[in-house]
Amino acid sequence: MKTAISTLDVRGVTTVRDALAALRDEERTPIAGATDLFVALNFGTLASRRFLDIWRVDELRGIAVNADALVIGALVTYTDLIRSPIIAARLPMLIEASRLVGGPQIQNRGTIGGNIANASPAGDSLPILAAVDATVVLRSATGERRVGFNEFYSGYRASVRRPDELIVAVEIPAVSGRQWFRKVGTRAAQAISKVVIAGVRDGRAARIALGSVAPTVVRARRTEEALANGASIDDAVEVLRREIVPIDDVRSTAEYRRLVSGNLVRRFWTETR
Amino acid sequence: MRFTLNGETREAASPPMSRLLDVLREEFGLTGTKEGCGEGECGACTVLVEGEPVCSCLVPLVQVDGATVQTIEGLGDDHPLQHAFMNEVGAQCGICTPGMIMAALSLGDSPSLDEVKVALAGNLCRCTGYSAIYRAILKVKSP
Repeated sequence: MKTAISTLDVRGVTTVRDALAALRDEERTPIAGATDLFVALNFGTLASRRFLDIWRVDELRGIAVNADALVIGALVTYTDLIRSPIIAARLPMLIEASRLVGGPQIQNRGTIGGNIANASPAGDSLPILAAVDATVVLRSATGERRVGFNEFYSGYRASVRRPDELIVAVEIPAVSGRQWFRKVGTRAAQAISKVVIAGVRDGRAARIALGSVAPTVVRARRTEEALANGASIDDAVEVLRREIVPIDDVRSTAEYRRLVSGNLVRRFWTETR
Repeated sequence: MRFTLNGETREAASPPMSRLLDVLREEFGLTGTKEGCGEGECGACTVLVEGEPVCSCLVPLVQVDGATVQTIEGLGDDHPLQHAFMNEVGAQCGICTPGMIMAALSLGDSPSLDEVKVALAGNLCRCTGYSAIYRAILKVKSP
């Protein structure tokens, strides 16, 4: 059943300072582009009743390079990413991923901070952030905290973000080596991933992350280690099959996801040679 | 909440977390904007906010306070894209048509077929298939 809209409380802010003060005073769910949040609202599965609209906090819309780290503000949309020369130069696989998020309507509203906060195991940008060892920048009224992206999620749709904290940015250290991204879904646009993968390859050193194969986005650490130690790609794929824990759901089956994940890692390894 | 709707300043009395789609249809009686899936998958509810296509089923009213919103009604009944959709039989049941046209408005001049496909990637049609729709848009935008 649809949520009763008139009972919902929303407060709008235009500065990070006001946002943090509001989150300090009471628990509110931040709303960025609302592309995930309103789906839950429309289907009546959203528990929150108090919201903080941060869409107009323009100071969170920047894309910049700071001391050789790429800093992407939490409210940067997929459309912003697609159009950014800085992203094109430093993290082109994030542009590939952004083009495959929903359609243009979703790309115009969906944000990278929202993708992180929503904590879906199928989030399209998340394997990239995992593969490049990004850092999530959290701010609260009492200060700033930085959490490695690979330590950010604590379980299915759960993270270490405290209720009084706001995701303000994600930082990405310079990436050396080749970047590789693939999303496998029913069609190119408007499809949630069956498997999504991002990889970075520098010689035999590979950083591989997958979505939709575990309760959270995951780094395939044992597969990476096998490849670094000189394992054949066949052996590495076997390691991967044991390492991931996909499930059967409406979009796919565990066995299909295992098979496709192995094929994707094989292609990654071949195409980045 | 006050915003510019099809060129006129309008005051909305709906609750701030209302879907823009419901405000348009129920408060302002602009029923040209359709609801399809209610989850951003079909594009039937596409309108322009600040000139950019968005799914109005996923936009809270509070986020258009002070903004410019354009719906299919804002085109009048004599827009070249409307004629082209009729003449090329790019509309059949008509549910997707307003959203398709609003998405097509975001295209620049002389788009290629590929660019049209990308611009309409967020809009589903279940009657005509897409070739008549692409043809209608190309006739107007890339004559």
